[in-house]
Amino acid sequence: MGERLIELKEVKKSYGNVFAVGGVNMHVDGGEVVGLLGDNGAGKSTLIKILSGVVRPTSGEILVRGQTVHGWNAGKSRDAGIETVFQDRALAVQQTIVRNIFMGREITTAFGLLDVAKQRSEAERLMREIGFTSKVFSPDSIVGQLSGGERQGVAIARAIYNKADLIILDEPTTALSLTETEKVFRFVRNVRESGRSILFIGHNIHHVFDIAERFVVLDRGRVALEITKAEVGSAERLIGFMEHVAHPTGANPLDQAQNEAAR
Amino acid sequence: MTDTPTPDNRSIERSWAHRFVLANRASLGTMAVFVLMMILFFIGNPAVFSDYRIYYSVLTTLPVAIFVVVPMVFLVTVGEIDLSFPAVMALGAWVFALCAQSGIDPFISLFAGVAVAVLTGAAIGFIVVYGGLSSLVATLGLSFLIRGGILIATGGKSIAMLSLKDTVAYQVLSGTIYGFPVQMIWAALFVVASVLLYNRHKFGARVHCVGDNPDSAEQMGIDTKKVRVYTFVFMGFGAGLAGIFSTMINFTWWPTTGDSYLLPTLAAVFVGGTPTWGGIGTVIGGTIGAVIVSFIQVGIVSAGLDGFYVQFFNGLIIILSLIGHRWNQIRYR
Ligand SMILES: Nc1ncnc2c1ncn2[C@@H]1O[C@H](COP(=O)(O)OP(=O)(O)OP(=O)(O)O)[C@@H](O)[C@H]1O
Ligand SMILES: [Mg+2]
Repeated sequence: MGERLIELKEVKKSYGNVFAVGGVNMHVDGGEVVGLLGDNGAGKSTLIKILSGVVRPTSGEILVRGQTVHGWNAGKSRDAGIETVFQDRALAVQQTIVRNIFMGREITTAFGLLDVAKQRSEAERLMREIGFTSKVFSPDSIVGQLSGGERQGVAIARAIYNKADLIILDEPTTALSLTETEKVFRFVRNVRESGRSILFIGHNIHHVFDIAERFVVLDRGRVALEITKAEVGSAERLIGFMEHVAHPTGANPLDQAQNEAAR
Repeated sequence: MTDTPTPDNRSIERSWAHRFVLANRASLGTMAVFVLMMILFFIGNPAVFSDYRIYYSVLTTLPVAIFVVVPMVFLVTVGEIDLSFPAVMALGAWVFALCAQSGIDPFISLFAGVAVAVLTGAAIGFIVVYGGLSSLVATLGLSFLIRGGILIATGGKSIAMLSLKDTVAYQVLSGTIYGFPVQMIWAALFVVASVLLYNRHKFGARVHCVGDNPDSAEQMGIDTKKVRVYTFVFMGFGAGLAGIFSTMINFTWWPTTGDSYLLPTLAAVFVGGTPTWGGIGTVIGGTIGAVIVSFIQVGIVSAGLDGFYVQFFNGLIIILSLIGHRWNQIRYR
C-alpha cells in the first residue's frame, strides 16, 4: 500500500442542528480503491465535498500526505492531486465540452491567453480515451446538447486530465445504461492499474464490491463499518451487513461471519 | 472527430460557413437588424444618408458608448449588472477635469481619472460580491451615492476645458485624422482586445463558467468571487474611459456626465444578443448594438422625422431584436 494520501480526523459538518457528517475518521492510501457506501442521506456526498474542498467542515482535521491543511478549498484540493466527479457533475451546460474539461485548469500560452488548439486536441484525445467516440458531437459541442451519460463522460474526462493521485467518483453510474456503466468500470480499472487511488460511491453494492478493495459504510453521518474485501468475503455479506445497519434487528451478520470463520 | 468507423452515422459534418453562422448567429442577427435599419433610413432621406457628415457625427460619440457597452457584456455574462457606471463615468471624468484644469499633463490626468474609476469599480464589486448583495439594487444605491457625492462636492457646477483643444493629448485621443475621429481607433482597439479577453483568455473562459453555473465553477476550484469583482473592475475601467472621452468631446465636464448613457447602454447589450440569464454573450454583438442605438438618435432626426419619434423607434428596435434573438438563444439547463 502506498503513502497515506488523505486522512480525515473527527470531521463534522452540521447544517443547522443536523449533523450531515458527525465525527468521521477515514483515510485513502496511495493506489487503493475505496468503496463508500450508505443509504440516501447518510452523508456520503457531504463527506466527499469536504475532501474536495467544496464544503468546509464545521470541525475536525484534514491531512494531506501527513500534513494538516489550512484553508482547504476546491482549488487547493485539485492542486494536491485530487479530482472529483461530483454527483451533480459540476458542469456549465451552456459552454462547450472543451471549456468544461478545462474549467478552472485552462491551458494557456503567454499572458493567460488560451491555447485553443491544444485544449481542443487534448479534449478530443480524452473523449476517445474514455470511449466517447460518437460522431454526433465534437469538442466544440455545447454540453447542454449531450445526453446524461455523455455529460457524465465529460465530467470523467475532466477528472482524468490532470493525472490526479486520487479520483473521487460520486455515484458515477447512476442513470447510465449497461454499456455506459461498463465503460465507467473499465475506466476505474485502468486508473487502478496505473497505480492511482479511487474513492467510489455507489448504490449498487455488487458493483462497488467488484471494484473496491476496502469499504467504508456510512450511517447517519458516522462510519458504521470499515472492512476490507478479504474480511467481508462476498457482496451478499456486505449487503447483509448494510441491511443490519438500516434495521438493527436480529444478529449482526458479521458476527455470524466471524463465527463461521472460527468454526 | 474520430477516424474509427462507428455505426453512429448521425454525423453533422458542417461546412466552415455553416459553423461560422451557427457560432455567431447572435451577432449576425444584430447585424441584420442594423443593415435593415440603415436601409430604411436611406430610403427615408437619401440625401442626408449619403453624406459623410452624419456618419462623422455618429462616429464621434460612438466610442463613449462602446467603452461602457463592452464591459457590460462581461458583467451580464458573469451574472451581474451595474447601474452605477454613469456615476463612475462622471467621477473618473471629474478627476480628469480637475487634474487637467490645474495644469497637469492631460495624459497623466487621463491616467489619474481612469485609475480612480478602476478603484471605484473594485469597491463596487467588493461591496456587491463580498456583501452578497443583489447587484441590481446595490449598484442602483451606489449610483445615487456617487452622483450625490459629486453634486454635493461641486455644488452642481460644471468645468469648462476649452484649453484642452490645443494639446497634443487631445489630438492623439480625440482629434481627427483625414477627417476621421481618432477616438474611433481607440474604441476599435478596445473592442479587439475585449473580444480576445472574452473568447480567448482564461479570464473570459472563467467569466462564462461563473455566469453559467457558479456552483460548478466553485466546485472546480475557480474563485468565483474574485472573477466577479474583476468584472466590476473592468466595468470601472470602461466607465472611466467613457467619461473622459465624453468630456473631451464636449470640452466641458458636467456633474451629470454619463446620465444619458444608462438606458441606451443596457439596450445595446441586449439588442446585441447577450441574454439576461448569464453564461453566454457576445462582445461583437454588443458593439453592433451600440452602433444601432447611436444611429437611431441621429438617424430619425435626419430622416426628417420629429425628434419625438426617437424613443418610439428605440423601443421598437429593442422589442423586435429580443423577439429575433428568441429564435437563436436556447437556454440549456
Ligand atoms: N446544503 C445543505 N443544507 C442542509 N442540509 C444538507 C445540505 N447538504 C446535505 N444536507 C443534509 O445532509 C444529509 C446528508 O446528505 P448527503 O448529500 O451527504 O447524502 P448522501 O449520502 O450523498 O445521499 P445520496 O445517496 O442520496 O446521494 C442529508 O440529510 C441532507 O439533507
Ligand atoms: Mg450523494
